[in-house]
Amino acid sequence: MEYIQQQFIQMFGAEWGAMLFSLATNMTFIFAIVIPLLLGVAYLTFAERKIIAYMQIRVGPNRVTFFGIPWLRGWGQPIADAVKAIMKEIVIPTGANKFLFILAPILTIMPALAAWAVIPFSPELVLANINAGLLYILAMTSMGIYGIIIAGWASNSKYAFLGAMRSAAQVVSYELAMGFALVCVLMMSQSLNLGDIVNGQQGDSLLNWYLIPLFPMFLVYLISGVAETNRAPFDVAEGESEIVAGFHVDYSGMAFTVFFLAEYSNMILVAALTSIMFLGGWLPPVDIAPFTLIPGFIWLLLKIAFILFFFLWFRATFPRYRYDQIMRLGWKVFIPITLIWIVLLGLIMQLPESVRKLPPLNIWF
Amino acid sequence: MNFQDIIFYIFSAILVTSALGVITVRNPVYSALLLVLAFVTCAGLWLLLEAEFLAITLVLVYVGAVMVLFLFVVMMLDINLDQLREGFWKWFPFGALVALIMVGEMTMVLMGKYFGLEEMPAPSAQDADYSNTRALGRLIYTEYVYAFELAAVLLLVAMVAAIALTLRHREDKRSTNSSKQVQVKKEDRLRIVAMPSEKKE
Repeated sequence: MEYIQQQFIQMFGAEWGAMLFSLATNMTFIFAIVIPLLLGVAYLTFAERKIIAYMQIRVGPNRVTFFGIPWLRGWGQPIADAVKAIMKEIVIPTGANKFLFILAPILTIMPALAAWAVIPFSPELVLANINAGLLYILAMTSMGIYGIIIAGWASNSKYAFLGAMRSAAQVVSYELAMGFALVCVLMMSQSLNLGDIVNGQQGDSLLNWYLIPLFPMFLVYLISGVAETNRAPFDVAEGESEIVAGFHVDYSGMAFTVFFLAEYSNMILVAALTSIMFLGGWLPPVDIAPFTLIPGFIWLLLKIAFILFFFLWFRATFPRYRYDQIMRLGWKVFIPITLIWIVLLGLIMQLPESVRKLPPLNIWF
Repeated sequence: MNFQDIIFYIFSAILVTSALGVITVRNPVYSALLLVLAFVTCAGLWLLLEAEFLAITLVLVYVGAVMVLFLFVVMMLDINLDQLREGFWKWFPFGALVALIMVGEMTMVLMGKYFGLEEMPAPSAQDADYSNTRALGRLIYTEYVYAFELAAVLLLVAMVAAIALTLRHREDKRSTNSSKQVQVKKEDRLRIVAMPSEKKE
């Protein structure tokens, strides 16, 4: 590393060399995040099909394999799907706005990937260790909505437009509840930096995680996360029984796949954020020998996988919400709960020092 | 010229071009999207000034919420551009006058001695662990707390007023009560009748 930096400085001079070196290292880091992420997305679709299949007493994809190895049957399916999607033609409807029609999937995937820049994978392993990380995440996730509304409008189709409007209204409403839930997290951690948030949950065991003092917020965040990613049971934006497939009804081939990628990487993002903010990120559940030997990165992955399982489980279990019920849940149930919890948390934090040192409050405050 | 300057010029060029585009492009959806681009590049410029909290809040509030609703409205309206353009030349002198006055005021402020380099020297770069958010929070909740609370109340009043103006109760509409629907028990709706099986005639 030092040697390469020296080479850069020799080649481009002190200032430019340092700049270009950091650019090069950042690019490497970005690829090291994005490529596994996209692979993860591919295999998340496989996991989803398999898990839902077993829940419905079916087998799921069990044909495509690598090099004819029999025990890998089904594992080639996501790769085969990707190849199929790349080969297909991208049909652009006659009445569509061509520029915006192509721009929409790009605008959807951009924030879904950009938000990963501030996710800490282990104490040292983070691309951008910025002190307003939580705000950055909120800003990036709120930009994802543009792709959907532009897609709906540019398709010049009633179904797509209806889907886009439903989705926009839903995402804007649930963003509030999500933001308030995060306010509770940052009241506990007193920092907007995601690394500091995880460090604030350090302790002897999983009792120290914010999951326990903020349990209602955990539920609100997880459910809002499902709603934000337009997943079942909140997938009225797609609602295939009412509006065919919502905003992406006119998309085909790779353009459609990009929407798909964005949806799934958003799912993984919400799962990662839930694990970082409520489940202690890279921290092991109990701070004793066999658990601490496993690297923090693995713990984070396990927690992400655990939360992702919930997403798939929800989809296999619940029927789709009716639209007015979704709005009611967001505005009349979640936002009051979060507001009450913020006030409650503030009151507890203002208690006299002697009271805060009593168990069980001394674990968290 | 160093790396930061190049980034500054790229961002400024995009900002000025997109801001010009907002008022010259014919399609209102494009102009709303260009405004979004202008906001995002402006946030980039603010980041260069080490105002990361304001920059991210700009993206969060204006791009993430305000412009979404704007775009929403613009997409649903059926705007006839020719009709909108009709009064252009009639109102042009008035608009030009307002623009001139604004330019004049801005020159008076910016050229005045209060913005001179002696009065306001360029701020020195902060440490890497300096938290802009924390500093801003301290100021807002201590020194400027009354102004801050007043602004919050003002926004709340505006919001209540907007809702009160648009809220109307329609008697002819059949509405549902979701919370009642959710609380329905099986016994309220379902009656299980025990009856002996019938014989075939």
